[in-house]
Amino acid sequence: MVQKSALAMALLISALPAAGQNVDAGGQLYRAHCFVCHGQEGESIPGVSFRSGQYRRASTDEEISRIILGGIPGTGMPPTNLNADERRNLVAYLRSMHSTGAGAKGQGDAARGAAIFEGQGGCLNCHRVAGRGSRLGPDLTDIGSLRNAAYLEKALIDPNDTIAPANRFIKAVTKEGATVTGRRLNEDTHTIQLIDDKERLVSLQKSDLREITLVKTSPMPSYREKLSAQELTDVVSYLLSLKGAQ
Amino acid sequence: MNIRTLLLVPALLSAQVSFDRLLHTDREPQNWLTYSGSINGQRYSVLDKINTQNVKNLELKWVFQARSLEKFEATPLVVDGVMYVTEAPNHVFALDAKTGRIFWDYDYRPSKDARVCCGSVNRGLAILGDTLFMGTIDGRLIAIDAKSGKPVWNIEAGDPKLGYSITHAPLIVKDKVVVGVAGGEYGIRGFIAAYDAKSGKEAWKFYTVAGPEDPKAQKSWDGDSWKNGGAPAWLTGSYDPSLNLIYWGTGNPGPDWDGDDRAGDNLYSDSAVALDADTGKLKWYFQFTPHDEFDYDAVQIPVLVDAEWQGKQRKLLMWANRNAFFYVFDRETGKFLSGTAFAKQNWATGLDEAGRPMRAPNMSPTPAGTLIYPNLFGATNWYSPSYSPRTKLFYIPTWQDSNMVMAKMQQKYVPGQRYTGGLPRAANAGRRGTRNTPVEDSAYGSILAMDPFTGKKKWEFKMADVTDSGVLTTASDLLFAGGREGYFYALDARNGTELWRASLGGQMEAGPMTYSVDGKQYVSIAAGTSLFTFGLKE
Repeated sequence: MVQKSALAMALLISALPAAGQNVDAGGQLYRAHCFVCHGQEGESIPGVSFRSGQYRRASTDEEISRIILGGIPGTGMPPTNLNADERRNLVAYLRSMHSTGAGAKGQGDAARGAAIFEGQGGCLNCHRVAGRGSRLGPDLTDIGSLRNAAYLEKALIDPNDTIAPANRFIKAVTKEGATVTGRRLNEDTHTIQLIDDKERLVSLQKSDLREITLVKTSPMPSYREKLSAQELTDVVSYLLSLKGAQ
Repeated sequence: MNIRTLLLVPALLSAQVSFDRLLHTDREPQNWLTYSGSINGQRYSVLDKINTQNVKNLELKWVFQARSLEKFEATPLVVDGVMYVTEAPNHVFALDAKTGRIFWDYDYRPSKDARVCCGSVNRGLAILGDTLFMGTIDGRLIAIDAKSGKPVWNIEAGDPKLGYSITHAPLIVKDKVVVGVAGGEYGIRGFIAAYDAKSGKEAWKFYTVAGPEDPKAQKSWDGDSWKNGGAPAWLTGSYDPSLNLIYWGTGNPGPDWDGDDRAGDNLYSDSAVALDADTGKLKWYFQFTPHDEFDYDAVQIPVLVDAEWQGKQRKLLMWANRNAFFYVFDRETGKFLSGTAFAKQNWATGLDEAGRPMRAPNMSPTPAGTLIYPNLFGATNWYSPSYSPRTKLFYIPTWQDSNMVMAKMQQKYVPGQRYTGGLPRAANAGRRGTRNTPVEDSAYGSILAMDPFTGKKKWEFKMADVTDSGVLTTASDLLFAGGREGYFYALDARNGTELWRASLGGQMEAGPMTYSVDGKQYVSIAAGTSLFTFGLKE
């Protein structure tokens, strides 16, 4: 069924340049061939993010298509026997994972959003953008490439619901009674690495600790009451405009 | 190279590995002659120079760095001081087992048609006489001269264009080389086959998907669904010379998550099969997960144990399955003796008297998705377990509390294309990034020591992340294993106490093994893209 509809779509596309439809066919191919490893959002493989719109080993559509066909030797990426039309549709879908999600500009005014972000919002007290602000919270320099408008709005209104495991805070008490608090960067059976509130990189041995608490809530305040609906929209637009260091 | 080495090397390379030697590996524990160290699959060594007292003095002796960035899943062989190991996909090396220095390499370049679902990997070699045997990711079996590294013969076992590949170490039985095929995600028809070691000529073939030659079992597949039924056999089996039976595990039926078009039990997917070693004829089978919709391959090492079972000496087969149950069988008849869950699962309410799972209601993938424990990677997987005849414990590398939303999707079979019929979504799938930041309900890994005679958990060594590492035990009651965090451990096999660890900086996705040269014992394990060898400080 996948193949048939993809071909049907390809034929349709050659007659009518309807970009949306070949993306749909590509989406079917994605679910059949890519989903199990790359995941729904294209982010399941460490270091690979289709949402970011950036590819490690390809920049043009042709290069992505070549990888789909030939795989990447020496990695887990296998070759396929998808034909040229199918690959074109699949590339269109991969591209759309970026453009329909993270690429949208939002409804607000990014310049006004930037002013709120740096002013009354106080966001730079914890976050950092292009080398300015605190390193304690997640760096937002490329957040517009990684997240879409809906996610960012939710993060502003209900930070507890969106905090990623990678951004959780840890409170540790050493056997000597010293308290260390910071954002957890990494954890294994025996150690924890974190950045503390003085922006120091700290590595702890669990055997030296009396107490370890993983803080489930986000240290970020909710902006539901702090900003108006328009201000929130403006901040979201500003965040969406952050596409990484040039 | 000094004069002494020059003189030694030809002597070392001249040893012939007869089948009799393979049957009695316990008589020469300095060597590691088969994938699991012995044909009974126990991954247990009688070497005891490294023991619970001195294991803290282990130090790194040498590292072999692969050029490949693929997962390093191979267990090396060691034959009289020479180590034979593969790096992905199919590059063979002969090394000085004492120093890691290279004698020769044979770089087989698989066809570009090769497609493997889950990594272009190889788990190791087999040896008979002076010949090594390697399966390849493009579905071939190659015989290689152990002295020169030159190919002797090279035959096609399965068509790579259709997704057939071989990723595991072959099993030598008498004068035959036995392999199974991978490709369960490509709609293959799985099989296990034996080839003449001298010529590569096929001696017999057993289809793991029953077809017209087995009409009764074929009925367990609706319509023509058997033609693309999968049931791959991608891990090494075991052999019992007293019964002349080969034991092998088979994988999931295809498509993995959509069982609608393959109504029935889908024999012999997800099964243990016992085959006559001379003819490949099926003696008995046991299907762990009839009509699997979860990708629970029964692709594990069959562990053969001779022991007393409820007052009677018996030939047992022990099996920790991906579906979260641990089983014991009489391996002569296939009679189910016991089964116990060793990890959280919600797809079955338990096992009936014959060992057949009683399926929990509404626990099947739907188009929207169903939350299933364990996840598709299973409560354990191909990672070698170990049985110690000293502690009488069975050691399982486990994923505890893993789950996944399994959604099905209708898919038509297209030759050479993925045929999985599903969209499994991570809940706490355990596939974590470069950095590890677990949450409260994350799956975790453990080495579980189980008393196989009672089904009771004896001890559990927990790890923050899950594990893909095999387990090795020794006669000095040591247990070696690793995990995804890059730690390689020596535990006390009796109680799970950590005695030593090394941080190797890359996840272990291979089984540890041990050998000795000049009376000195070594332990090797692959981590990341390298093979690490440890020995005692001198």
